[in-house]
Order: sequence, then C-alpha cells, then structure tokens
Amino acid sequence: MIELRNVSKIYTTGERALEDVTLTVEEGDIFGIVGKSGAGKSTMLKLMGLLEMPTTGEVVIFGENAGAYRGAKANAIKKNIGTVFQGFNLLMQRSVAGNIAFPLEITGKRRHEIKTRCEELAELVGLSDKLRAYPASLSGGQKQRVAIARALATNPKILLCDEPTSALDSFTAKEILRLIKDINAKLGMTTVIITHDIHVVKAVCNRMAVVDEAHIVEIGKTAEILANPQSAKTKELLNFDI
Amino acid sequence: MEYIETGFFRHHLEVFLEFRSVLWESTLETLYMTFATVTMAYAIGLPLGMFLVCLGKGGLFPNRAVHAPLSFVINTTRSIPFLILLVALIPFSRLIVGSGIGNNAAIVALVVAAAPFIARMVETALNEVDVGVVDAAKSMGANNFQIMFKVLLPESIPSLIRGFSITTINIMSFSAMAGVIGAGGLGRLAIRYGINFWRYDIMLIIIIVIVIIVTIIQFLFNLLATKIDRRI
Repeated sequence: MIELRNVSKIYTTGERALEDVTLTVEEGDIFGIVGKSGAGKSTMLKLMGLLEMPTTGEVVIFGENAGAYRGAKANAIKKNIGTVFQGFNLLMQRSVAGNIAFPLEITGKRRHEIKTRCEELAELVGLSDKLRAYPASLSGGQKQRVAIARALATNPKILLCDEPTSALDSFTAKEILRLIKDINAKLGMTTVIITHDIHVVKAVCNRMAVVDEAHIVEIGKTAEILANPQSAKTKELLNFDI
Repeated sequence: MEYIETGFFRHHLEVFLEFRSVLWESTLETLYMTFATVTMAYAIGLPLGMFLVCLGKGGLFPNRAVHAPLSFVINTTRSIPFLILLVALIPFSRLIVGSGIGNNAAIVALVVAAAPFIARMVETALNEVDVGVVDAAKSMGANNFQIMFKVLLPESIPSLIRGFSITTINIMSFSAMAGVIGAGGLGRLAIRYGINFWRYDIMLIIIIVIVIIVTIIQFLFNLLATKIDRRI
C-alpha cells in the first residue's frame, strides 16, 4: 500500500531528516511509527502524505511512484489519503458539517451527496447531534472526532495520523484510539500512526517501526518487538513512563 | 465670543440650522469620496494582498523575485505623507480623470494612498490563518485556488471586516485633506470656515458630524465582525 524505498530527505536548511529509510505498510495494517521529537517521524508522514518530496529514493503509494508527483497528479493521489493532525486543524469558521464537507467540496461532490455523507460520518464518530455546532464550542476529543470524520469523508484507502492523541487527556486519547481501531476493523482502512508514545503503538498497532536520528532502528510485528526488543532505543522508549 | 448672549447650545443649534444645507451637501461629498475610494482601493488592494500572501515566504507559490519589489513599492507609497502625495499626484490625476483638482482628482490620490494600505492589511489577515489548517487542506489535495477561496479568505473574514472598518475611517480622515486640491466635503468646509474665517462654532459642528459618522461605521462593522466570527 505504502512503500518507502531507500528514502532520504534533506531539507533546504541542510537538516538531514531521514537517511536511507526503507519500509512497507501493507493493506489493512495499523502501522505505528514511534520515536522522539526530531527523530524524523513527522517527515516520514509528510512524505507518505505527499506534502514533501524525497531528496532521494522512492515513495510508492498504490503501486505508483507518487513521491515524484507534483500539482494535479499529486492532488489526485492525496484525495485517497486522509490525514488526522495533533492540533486537529479544523476550519474555525465552518460548522462540524462544513468541516466534514470540505474534502467532498474539493472533489466536486453534489450537495445532497455531501449532506448524506456528513450525516453518515457524524454517526460513525458519534457526533450526530453536533453537526451544526462550531469547532470553538467542542472539546478536544470532539474536535479530533470531527477531524477523523473529515479525513474519512472521501473514502480514502489510507489514513495517516500525526500524533492524534498528544493534545488529549489520557481518557479521551483512549477513546480516540479505540475509534481509529474500530474504523480500521470496520472499513479495512490502512492506517499509519506517528507517535512519541510507545504505549499508543502497543494499544492499537499490529506492526511498528522505531525511528531514531533519521534512521529506522527496529521494524516488525508489534507483539514481537515489544516482547523481545532488539534495539537500545526501543528499550529506552519502553522503559520510559511518567 | 458671539454665543455669550445666546448660550452655548442655543448658539450652536442656530449655526447648525443656518448651515444645515451646506453641511448636508459636504457630508454627502465626503461620503461620496469615501465610498468611491473604498470601492476602487479594495478592487486593487484586495487582489494585491492575496497575491502578496501567495508570493510570500511559505505562501502558495513563493517567489522572492516578485514579492520583494512589490513589497518595496507598497512600503514606499505608504511612507509618503498624504498631503504631499495629494499634491504630487496632480499631474497623474489630470491624466486619469481629466482634472488635477476637485473631488475626482482627490479620489485618485486617495486610491493611490489606500490601495497599498489595504494590501498590507489583507496580507496580515490572511497570514494569521493557522498554517495547520492550510496543511490540512493541502493534505486533502486542495489546489491553490481552493486554498485561497475556501480556506484563507473565509477563515479570515472577521479580521478582514475589522480591517475594512479601519480603512474606511482612515480614508474619510484623509479625504478631509483633499480640500487642499479643491475637493469638497466636510474637510474643506472646516478649512474654509475654521481656518479662513476663524469660525470655531462651525468647526465644532463639523467635528461632531464626523465623529457621529465614524462611530456609526465603527459600531456597525465591529458588530458585523463579532456576529460573523465563529470562534467566539
């Protein structure tokens, strides 16, 4: 579904964010990418979401070398990828329904189609009674639910989550993770979660990669890595608990 | 002081009634100049501001080679005192509206002064929109046109409306200077009676009229901006 092949990313500032990274996310996976801030995990997500182009190597999505696409060609691929952000990134001047409708408007869907789809999605994320509310009046958990509904609106095949629970309290975080897991099970959506918290990976991901200093230090099945971590970095992340 | 015999309020009321037709005429002239300037200055300044945002650092299509000179021209125009600009633009106004003096010549100078101001204000308003929201739209495959018209502009509407109110009031205030090149309006009335004839009573009435107009504009647009803003 998503492949990074020997990908390096050096920003124009000279920062080496990723070096020779190779990884495959299979269809239906909930793939966790864990690492400290500055490790390069956000860059990985940007590459997968086609928000950045790799300096060298290939980003293959749906079997296409999408990492090299620009403009309309990249936008066409992006419409099959939903993204959820740490800071929710909702449109503050649009209602919940308006936010969910946004990606549908962009793809030129008709008004009645948009309306039905909004209602469906609001029900899926448990916000049917909030369709006409504005983001400013919602709690963090509710905002993230709206963001998830918005990310799912166009029926994407891939859901990318950038620290989806980091701005939430631990109780709400659990609810959001459960929702992401449910969606993966219900819709079979390939999901990638970026997080600094290995417990998030433990809770929902079937496969995982540990990133440190622009490299992947460990990759494989979550259960196996957690039971028998090989890298010192993985052990460090596992032992860290507040 | 003439009003010592008649009393302050009574005197000014009498002056107001005596001059009401010329006051009314001047008010209409001021409103005409302000309205015409606002319309034309926004027609230039709004797209210019949008363009600046696109060309700027982190914009939709960053281009320093175009942004820097454009920015320089805007800063230069904004730094010229309006009174000087007004006089300096007389030949230009003659070219555009056929006369270097009068209301329409003043409008030319007002537009030249206001458009860069508006462009900067629009730029600031649009740049205030959360980068994350723009990123989200990009991640959904929105093109530049959609990001501008479905994200940046709608998200900054409350800010744009507040800016509109400030701009309108500034233009009205600048239009008072236009009396210097023979334009009408409350400004010229104040200059003629207040400075040339030392009629402070008429001046006071003119000030009150201007304050009332400014207050109404400010109140209405702030109300509109607050009503429309979904963040509060």
